[in-house]
Amino acid sequence: MDFNLTKDQQMIRDVVRDFAEQEIVPRASEIDKTGQFPLEIVNKMAEMDLMGLPFPEEYGGAGADYTSYCLAVEEITRACGSTGLTYEAHISLGCMPIFLFGTEEQKKEYLTPLCRGECLGSFGLTEPEAGSDAGGTKTTAELDGDEWVINGGKCFITNASYAKYVTITALTDKTKGKKGISAIIVPTDAAGFTIRAGYEKMGLHGSNTTELFFDNVRVPKINLVGKVNEGFKQFLTVLDGGRIAIAAMAVGLAQASLDASLKYAQERVQFGSSISKFQAIQFKLADMATAIELARLMYLKAAWLKDNDQPYSKEAAMAKVFASEMATRAALEAIQIHGGYGYMREFPVERYLRDAKLLEIGEGTSEVQRLVIARHLGC
Amino acid sequence: MKIAVLVKQTFDTEAKIILDVNGKISSSGVSLIMNPYDEFAVEEGLRIKEKEGGEVTVISVGGQQAQDALRQALAMGADKAVLVDQGEAELDEYATATILAKAISDLEYDLILGGFRAIDDGSAQVAGRVAEILNIPVVNVVTGLEIEGGKAVATRETESGSEVLEVPLPAVITAQKGLNEPRYPSMKGIMKAKKKPMDKKTLADLGLDDGKISAKVKALSFSLPEPRKAGKVIPGEAAEAARELARLLREEAKVI
Ligand SMILES: Cc1cc2nc3c(=O)[nH]c(=O)nc-3n(C[C@H](O)[C@H](O)[C@H](O)COP(=O)(O)OP(=O)(O)OC[C@H]3O[C@@H](n4cnc5c(N)ncnc54)[C@H](O)[C@@H]3O)c2cc1C
Repeated sequence: MDFNLTKDQQMIRDVVRDFAEQEIVPRASEIDKTGQFPLEIVNKMAEMDLMGLPFPEEYGGAGADYTSYCLAVEEITRACGSTGLTYEAHISLGCMPIFLFGTEEQKKEYLTPLCRGECLGSFGLTEPEAGSDAGGTKTTAELDGDEWVINGGKCFITNASYAKYVTITALTDKTKGKKGISAIIVPTDAAGFTIRAGYEKMGLHGSNTTELFFDNVRVPKINLVGKVNEGFKQFLTVLDGGRIAIAAMAVGLAQASLDASLKYAQERVQFGSSISKFQAIQFKLADMATAIELARLMYLKAAWLKDNDQPYSKEAAMAKVFASEMATRAALEAIQIHGGYGYMREFPVERYLRDAKLLEIGEGTSEVQRLVIARHLGC
Repeated sequence: MKIAVLVKQTFDTEAKIILDVNGKISSSGVSLIMNPYDEFAVEEGLRIKEKEGGEVTVISVGGQQAQDALRQALAMGADKAVLVDQGEAELDEYATATILAKAISDLEYDLILGGFRAIDDGSAQVAGRVAEILNIPVVNVVTGLEIEGGKAVATRETESGSEVLEVPLPAVITAQKGLNEPRYPSMKGIMKAKKKPMDKKTLADLGLDDGKISAKVKALSFSLPEPRKAGKVIPGEAAEAARELARLLREEAKVI
């Protein structure tokens, strides 16, 4: 057993924390209020090589491990949920399918500019009628000579307005159901491809969430990612890894809730003493700190398993369901500790609640995580 | 341009200072950082290198944990590091400067940069002493630096304004806040740092021993500052309260 981070992991966490405190925290409230996409911050992150953090240098990445990436996700999300989701979706959903399953040419052509931060990564899986049941994909891709012809639509897709290409899933063999799904890279400027960012969301206002529409969109046959009809297996693998990073986001938001609550509790005086002297408040803070530590250990364990090429699917699901539900609870408690001020936009904790809730939904709902865990238990 | 930068590892600015059972400052559980003024020095060294070409070597005296501060400088872009482990020897400013000067005299150098002081002991002596031992000029507390034709043109703030000084190289320049905005180490920089050379030396490697560096100043004891007493609010009408304030300043605080 060794609970120490490596020197590289520590330095990456410390540098990203410092960057997030200096460059992101001061902008987080404004990003939430205006819904402005944090493009400037993303550009600064690109300068620091964060946009390709866990990928090899030959593709423009920084060559760090997955644990380092998750630590960076935690620190960025602690500062701003919208920036955190932008980053997480870029790497876990945008870059990862190409890195894991793409050909050498695809990695050179598509992964490299993503790692350099020249554009954002985006992955289109969810459809209006295929959410948790992503095997129920309706979008189709039919071969016509040397081209795929794509028809259909996607919903809730992160980052697509800032992407140069989106990896999407489509039925390539209608007779085979979920075993007939493939992943295909689609340039966002392809004729017949429309991206609409019109959602009004509960939180994560600065994150770009879009609908995709495909009307006879033609892309070259070689844009297929990996083998034909293997899309379902591929995205299960992609989501397994992404769940660890979502857990890291949840820990970041919960830590922000605790930081704000502790500071406020020490400053707020009622009945002649700071409310942090009241046991009822102390117990809330103690429970928050304990749950955060447990969730952090769990995502680090799942990331460690992944870095060491061991099975991690069950642990990733455990980390995600525990951390995301914990983050919502922590944000609720943070509001309670702030009293009426917590309900006001002047303080950040109501934002933490709105941002945290998504983590129980995206990349597999809490219910789906429990299904995954139960399957691993042998149910 | 060969640039040497003096780097010290210090307690984090937020660290809570406690004394151990022997009455010494306890470092257990304290997070350690690169002295913030040294970060300005490293950044300045890197900028000069980027403009003029050359090499930046970072040098520290300290235990093995001081490697972390050096590695941070390497991650920012320094080319190599030298760590002198003083072992059991007690250090004061004289001892530290003697060791640093010896380590530097083994290198080629055109310019030596350092923070103007360290945030832990705050003595602001070491860089000046190094210059004295090496018999080269020093400009302290610098907020602007230009290197041109074998000379350093340095700007420093004074009580009445600022002054610009010119010194021939090699020289020692110490950095004050405002000299520059240190960069964040890039992720690639962090990953590369561990592959860069880190020369670890002992006092014996430098031809020094405890006798040659024996500290001239010894700390006899440490004590924590008195906790600050709570302030006092004087109620009442302004004129009356002012009278009361004047009385308290005179009779209780005895400052007027
Ligand atoms: C802000 C945001 C960003 C997103 N980004 C992306 C993205 O970049 N790419 C992408 O592809 N998708 C993205 N999504 C979509 C997200 O992954 C889906 O919303 C999620 O998987 C749930 O699907 P659904 O919304 O269709 O809900 P449904 O699947 O309809 O679920 C509704 C409810 O039923 C429950 N349920 C469903 N099936 C079962 C079952 N078998 N047993 C028990 N309960 C069940 C669910 O847990 C949930 O509580 C994003 C969503 C949001 C809100």
